[in-house]
Amino acid sequence: MLTGFLRLLAFLVAGESVVYLLALPLPGAVVGMAFLLIWLLWRGHAPSENLTKAANGLLQYLSLFFVPAGVGVILHFERLQREWPAIVSAIVFATLVSAAFTALLLKALAGRKNGQESRHG
Amino acid sequence: MVERLSGLWTHLQTLPVFWLMLTLAVYQLALQLTKRTHGFPLANPVGLSILVLVLLLYFTGTPYERYFAGGQWIHFLLAPATVALAVPLYLQRERIGRLLVPLLITLTLGSLFAIGLSVGIGWALGASPSTLLTLAPKAATAPVAMGIVEKLGGIPSLTAAVVILTGITGSIAGPWVLDRLGIREPAVRGFALGLASHGIGTARAFQESTETGAFAGLGMGLNALMTAVLVPLLYRLVS
Repeated sequence: MLTGFLRLLAFLVAGESVVYLLALPLPGAVVGMAFLLIWLLWRGHAPSENLTKAANGLLQYLSLFFVPAGVGVILHFERLQREWPAIVSAIVFATLVSAAFTALLLKALAGRKNGQESRHG
Repeated sequence: MVERLSGLWTHLQTLPVFWLMLTLAVYQLALQLTKRTHGFPLANPVGLSILVLVLLLYFTGTPYERYFAGGQWIHFLLAPATVALAVPLYLQRERIGRLLVPLLITLTLGSLFAIGLSVGIGWALGASPSTLLTLAPKAATAPVAMGIVEKLGGIPSLTAAVVILTGITGSIAGPWVLDRLGIREPAVRGFALGLASHGIGTARAFQESTETGAFAGLGMGLNALMTAVLVPLLYRLVS
């Protein structure tokens, strides 16, 4: 578990370093995720038990990690009071409609592809 | 004794570990409540925890900075957890490879759609320019959206709030919308939840199945990249 966590932190630091060196407009964690994925694909065998344990341990509580930043909403009461109809509508409608749009589009595209695959054999 | 007691409260308020403990305790309670009210969509652990903690800070007059001195120890784990998403992604590599072209087309159009609709609705309802800029990258994960907004001259801490409310909306109502549309494929559900509502949507997707969660992680990661490319480009076009 400790070596697994260390590996995650090492990839995170690698991601942060590359973001800094190349001045990328991306968070180090997203680049670190891409690096870890590339490393796993390149090695080509299942991730070690240590890494799987550390990853699952963290992902199990993923939603908890958003709580402290979310409490920061308290800093913006005034603006929310002033502009809440626009902000709330944009959040609710844009989120749900884009989830629906994405799902329908992917289903249509992937469904067609699966159909072709099954026709070929 | 009473004097001591009120002194104790003043003392505890200054301890980061006190707020760390409260955050975990509130989340634990919210989680149990969510489990007990099985299926009731408004019982969302992130939303409930934030609501309770905001009320607590508000009524005790605690500044957010003081709370965050404890909360940052939890907040920090967001970054390694994001890296950890590579593991379920790796385990789904064959399915992702087979769906690569549909996924990339959906990513491009879905990301554009999410940005356009957020700004469009905000604009139609009279949001100020700085609020519109804050709304544009809201489907992307918090650190990406905050980075983009900061670069373009918006308000990063408002972005964090908007991004998290987006995630909570997606995780509460997203699965319900997908059910109504008859979308049952775990890969499609996950990708849509991750693209539209980032990590909080991804956390919700993992509750459905590991495959749904992995595709949500993919949607979140790819949309973070796509949003970081599209929002500055679109901003240059309109300004």
